[in-house]
Amino acid sequence: MTSAPATRSRGARLRQRALFLGPGLAFTAVFVVAPVALVMSYTLFRRGRFGGVVHEVSLDNFIRAFEPVYRGVLVDSVVVAGLATVFAVLLGYPAAYAIAAMPARWRNLCLVLVLVPFWTNFLIRTYAWIVLLSGQGVINDALVSLGLVQERLTLINTRGAVVVGLLYTYLPLMILPVYASVARLDGELREAAGDLGAGRVRTFTDVTLPLSLPGVVTGCIFVFVPSMGNFVIPELLGGGKALMVGNLVRDQFLVARNWPFGATLALVMIVVLFLLFALQSVVARRFAVGR
Amino acid sequence: MSDPLLSIRGLRAAYGDVQALDGVSLDIADNEFFALLGPSGCGKTTLLRTLAGFETPTEGTVTLAGEDLLALPPHRRPVNMMFQSYALFPHLSVERNVGYGPARAGAPRAQIAQRVAEVLETVGLSGVAGRRPHELSGGQRQRVALARAIVNRPRVLLLDEPLSALDKRVRSQMQLELKRLQHEVGIAFVMVTHDQEEALSMADRIAVLDGGRIQQIATPEQLYRWPENRFVAEFIGESNLFSAADFDVDGSYVVVRPESVRLVEGAGLLRATVLETQFVGGTTTLVAEPRGPVTVSRAPVLVRHGGFPAVERGAEVGLAWDASDMVVLR
Amino acid sequence: MAVKQRRVGWLGVPLAACLLFLYLPIVVLVVMSFNASRYALNYRGFSFHWYGVLFRDGELGRALLNSLVVALGATALATVLGTMLAVGLVRLARSTVLDAVAMSPAILPDLVLAIGLLATFAAIGVPLGLGTVLIAHAAFGTAFVVAVVRARLTQLDGSLEEASQDLGAGWLETFVRITLPSIAPAVAAGALLCFTLSIDEFVIAFFTDGPSTPTLPIQIYSRVRFGITPEINALATVLLAISAVTVVIVARAFRRTETDQ
Repeated sequence: MTSAPATRSRGARLRQRALFLGPGLAFTAVFVVAPVALVMSYTLFRRGRFGGVVHEVSLDNFIRAFEPVYRGVLVDSVVVAGLATVFAVLLGYPAAYAIAAMPARWRNLCLVLVLVPFWTNFLIRTYAWIVLLSGQGVINDALVSLGLVQERLTLINTRGAVVVGLLYTYLPLMILPVYASVARLDGELREAAGDLGAGRVRTFTDVTLPLSLPGVVTGCIFVFVPSMGNFVIPELLGGGKALMVGNLVRDQFLVARNWPFGATLALVMIVVLFLLFALQSVVARRFAVGR
Repeated sequence: MSDPLLSIRGLRAAYGDVQALDGVSLDIADNEFFALLGPSGCGKTTLLRTLAGFETPTEGTVTLAGEDLLALPPHRRPVNMMFQSYALFPHLSVERNVGYGPARAGAPRAQIAQRVAEVLETVGLSGVAGRRPHELSGGQRQRVALARAIVNRPRVLLLDEPLSALDKRVRSQMQLELKRLQHEVGIAFVMVTHDQEEALSMADRIAVLDGGRIQQIATPEQLYRWPENRFVAEFIGESNLFSAADFDVDGSYVVVRPESVRLVEGAGLLRATVLETQFVGGTTTLVAEPRGPVTVSRAPVLVRHGGFPAVERGAEVGLAWDASDMVVLR
Repeated sequence: MAVKQRRVGWLGVPLAACLLFLYLPIVVLVVMSFNASRYALNYRGFSFHWYGVLFRDGELGRALLNSLVVALGATALATVLGTMLAVGLVRLARSTVLDAVAMSPAILPDLVLAIGLLATFAAIGVPLGLGTVLIAHAAFGTAFVVAVVRARLTQLDGSLEEASQDLGAGWLETFVRITLPSIAPAVAAGALLCFTLSIDEFVIAFFTDGPSTPTLPIQIYSRVRFGITPEINALATVLLAISAVTVVIVARAFRRTETDQ
């Protein structure tokens, strides 16, 4: 016999849940989930004569998105974001490892030092590279005044500048997860490897590297994803020379006012990211450490 | 039992596929120290939490002084619990912790202060009222948890493994303390424990549980001397368990406690070879490998007597016991 | 200990390179902000000139005010919603679906959120302005408050709340008297995080803001598009100083609460 209290407390529990979960979830549903769904639905529609959305279903946008021009930009985006990620690993992994190897006091100091630039406004950090790289910027000034070059170098408005800018902005996001991963490694594993005859290099490649891979993968995601969607850095540091997907989306939404097509480009970007996520989880599972 | 305080009938509760309580019924009298004893997973904690109101059974009734207890949400039950982790509110002083219940019940400030002072004295903790929990020792924290539960004068006090967090030395002290306290405040105590020695030394009556079912409810002495089934016989104290058929007795098993086994001349009831002798605290325990009827679990036979060991390792001995010391299990 | 300490050795080089890389641009900005001349080559001496220009800049001042209004409003909203949501997710309803929904703003790329919100506001017919930015930042910030409060809540002993109920407090009273005080530091941290993210946030604000009420990042963006503007150097230095001071204060505060525990 089910006693009455079960139903009474169930009613109370429902009210509790509604009170605590309701507002937050409703707000998120209305202002995050619904908007994304809405704008993704636009990929199927067409731009109206004066910039609105005409609700006629067609796949034109998808066909257009894969035209050479746009394909090229997409490939460029992957390449540029990819380069930034690769350099982030090359520079960030050793740095993170070094921090993990430090005594506690220095370790925390270094972590704070890595974070402080990150706390500075992103636009200002990008602007700093304008100051450094532009024709009248600091680097050119220094090179000229030291007599190392005759003509001022074109450093800004290049693809390289965009890579540097992205690397600069997101490097701390590589260092932190790699550090967390390396710091958690059981030192005894490395000692065991040494005991069994592995030299320092071997120990690194056989033990440390594979086990810290999840942290590296996390760092790669933290660098690659925002890099792909970025439009500020390609614009400010790349001029018109290094357009990325983010720029295209922004232009379609705010300049050309072709929201359906802009949404389609954004969707393509999301799909690419999703495929990379899938790849990442396959890799992660392969190297997974059972915990 | 005539007019029990707490009456539990047919309680069933499940966690997913696992049946935590499978038809539990028992009565608890007022002013009784009652223990729920069993191995982990037997359902004793589920039963306790059901009484407190933190678990909802799928079937069954619980009546407290004639009223339906399950109909009340936890904060309205005249029942209080002492949690295993003590659950003292870290941001409140001892005084405000102990006064929490009376404050929620709307008692006037002066009365709260007085009741808190009284109960702190009862548990032997006057003088720490202003401190915070993290400033107290483990034993002190436990007393505060106890005081906080008692001050509300509940009809029943529930204790969830109250001594498990204490170190050995403090534990035996606290066993006596809790007994004394229960007599002093005159409330029914229901204690959950997995430690059978603890239950045997503290409780007036014990319910032994296994697999969500009650195996036996009895006083400590009754449980020890007259276990009703194999589980109780093996869980409580040490025992020698044989097939009843080996001794021409009608039933499933027979149980003989080590103290009842004697060394005799000749074959006795059972021949055995002594494997080990232990002499601890004035008592000798012999561990012997039986020849002839073996114990059900294939464990060696245990013999216990006062004084020094009379035989050596390897000796062939004859063992016997009185028929009245042999308990038959159906 | 995890990694053999004391032997940083040659690894110190990449670390130093990293730190140099991270700080060089910032240091350049700070130095240049005190340079009386516009261009580095003509070092005309130490001067507060650009700071003067900065503080007299009404446009930047209004943008800062806009950012503060949005940040405060969004933080208030996100903190309340996020805290309640976190309590609900940890104590009341364990569900991966609800978790995903609650954390979705943090997982999705901000560009996608931005265009989604722009489309939504247009579809509803709401004019863009500080109000829409506030809502957008609140939606975005809630996820971070949830993450921070949740982490603290899962560490807490659940029996504290049971004890409170056992002693006679209903669930609402338990939440106010016992749960909230226990998670207060996490709520504060979440609020601070949300505030900082909002002040700094550019992409979503860019898409959801009206043309006449730019936030500070948007204003900075429109200035730097045209190249080097020295008063931005001064602004950068000021912001850096504020962040540094905040980090120190927060670090001290956390050290104190840790010794209290």
